[in-house]
Amino acid sequence: MGRKRKNRNAAIVGIGQTVYSSHREDQNQVEMVHEAVRNALDDAGLAVGDVDCIVHGNMELFEMQFQPDLWHSLGLGALGKDVFRITTGGTTGSSLVCAADNLVASGLYDTVLAVGMQKLQEGNTTGGITNMSDPLWFRNMQTGALSGTSAQAVIGEFGEERGRRAAIHYRIMMDNHAMLNPRAHRKLGLTYERADELMKTSARLVGDLRLIHMCSQSDGACAVVVASEEAARRAKTPPVWIRDHVEVHREETFTNLFGFVRPETTQRYAARKLFGRNGITDPVKYFDVFEMYDPSAWWGLAWLREFLLLEGDAHLRMLEEGKFDLDGDLPVNPSGGVIATNPIGATAMLRVAEAAMQIRGDAGEHQVAGGVRHALASGFGGTFWTALIMLEKDLEWEMP
Amino acid sequence: MDGGADKEHCFVVEARMALPNEYFAGRTGSRFLTALRDEKRILGVRCPSCGMTFVPPREYCERCWSKIAENWVELEKEGEIVAHTVVRYEDRHLPKKPPYILALIQLKGADTPFPHIVEGVDPAYVFPGMAVRAVFAKVPVNTLMGIDHFEPL
Repeated sequence: MGRKRKNRNAAIVGIGQTVYSSHREDQNQVEMVHEAVRNALDDAGLAVGDVDCIVHGNMELFEMQFQPDLWHSLGLGALGKDVFRITTGGTTGSSLVCAADNLVASGLYDTVLAVGMQKLQEGNTTGGITNMSDPLWFRNMQTGALSGTSAQAVIGEFGEERGRRAAIHYRIMMDNHAMLNPRAHRKLGLTYERADELMKTSARLVGDLRLIHMCSQSDGACAVVVASEEAARRAKTPPVWIRDHVEVHREETFTNLFGFVRPETTQRYAARKLFGRNGITDPVKYFDVFEMYDPSAWWGLAWLREFLLLEGDAHLRMLEEGKFDLDGDLPVNPSGGVIATNPIGATAMLRVAEAAMQIRGDAGEHQVAGGVRHALASGFGGTFWTALIMLEKDLEWEMP
Repeated sequence: MDGGADKEHCFVVEARMALPNEYFAGRTGSRFLTALRDEKRILGVRCPSCGMTFVPPREYCERCWSKIAENWVELEKEGEIVAHTVVRYEDRHLPKKPPYILALIQLKGADTPFPHIVEGVDPAYVFPGMAVRAVFAKVPVNTLMGIDHFEPL
């Protein structure tokens, strides 16, 4: 299995988030981007002049605006700097962090600012996604996150009762976490006592995917500053090391190419590849927190098994036993995850940012107790694009 | 390999992409539009450290990163044409029925020109440096079309 060779270490030294809301009428796109950039630089104790390069992105067409990066440059602090635009659908935010890691680790730049944004309220997301596909051609069927397939698969394997109960359990757990995160967009105050009622009364979207299971539509931006080891020592915040990352993409849906034989998921492939080359045999034991891109409660549930390389119903048992709770063995999405907050082009970066905050120990009320040394963050985008990023508190591994 | 010269039996599949959207002007942009609509005043913001005056206004100076959103200045309704072109094609998204003159206009006191429409002059006689003044819309408009057009002085 191929290894990635870093010329030098790279670390996250600054994190900036905006307020997340369904409507940000108070800011235009440039001003919203600027809020995140300003917060990230303030967090790092750096000035805009300290930044060598900017990588910036959003999900294409979701504001229905062509090349928004040209306009956003006003808020990015891009004057006189090298700027790249990266857009990989929902994965954009994590692709930006991966790119920043590569740009710094290669030695090309010392300090790179990665900025993801989305103003979902300004455009028409269904219009954007629908235009991806031609159902009668080999531009494959796309649903984005709004798919009933994962619910069908979980129920098919574990039965209606256990499957539905696990999905609503996952959903309520995420809301419990979101309630502790001051930045989370949707905080509903759900309790486990309401599980039976929600399983029956929440509006059906597709099959067993109900409105309550689904991620939000948010406006917001996120920025992280990635710096070389030498530059990181100049920042005021302790560095969070990016140990390794992997991005996996497969351009098909499982029914049309593979018939009814399901191939290995991109989530499992990414985990196998990343953990394999870093010598991690038991991810559940190794990682102290996992910020996972969970587009719906069903997908979050199904992907835990894939990312953590579990078999059978191990992931359901862990969920049922509270192992993924904030005080569990491996807390999942202390932030409340994507179901609570989803400014898409920033969403996958939020996973990395929140995981890094957990390592720094300054996440606030949703901080995992006992100290976080090893954190995992994932990204997801259309046509099963998966990113997986490993963060470390200490520089104590051997560089591949 | 025929270099793409043979186009026989090659279909073009028709597609129709719709781009419905809305646009948040933000607090700073909203103040500018409201002043234009309700008071027939053109507002800009001045950067105290660079001395640049931006029209339309913006929250931060992209050069020195000073916050300038509250540094309002009122501009004159007159300025001059910096550059211009003539829009001759018709499309649904265009603000006026073509042909019309689209010009970059720099108001007196502003450092940034902005695009608007010039009427009341034959395109052949428009030149850089030509003095123009704003003609406001007769009915309230919530966009930059609160200025209906510019006309020669």
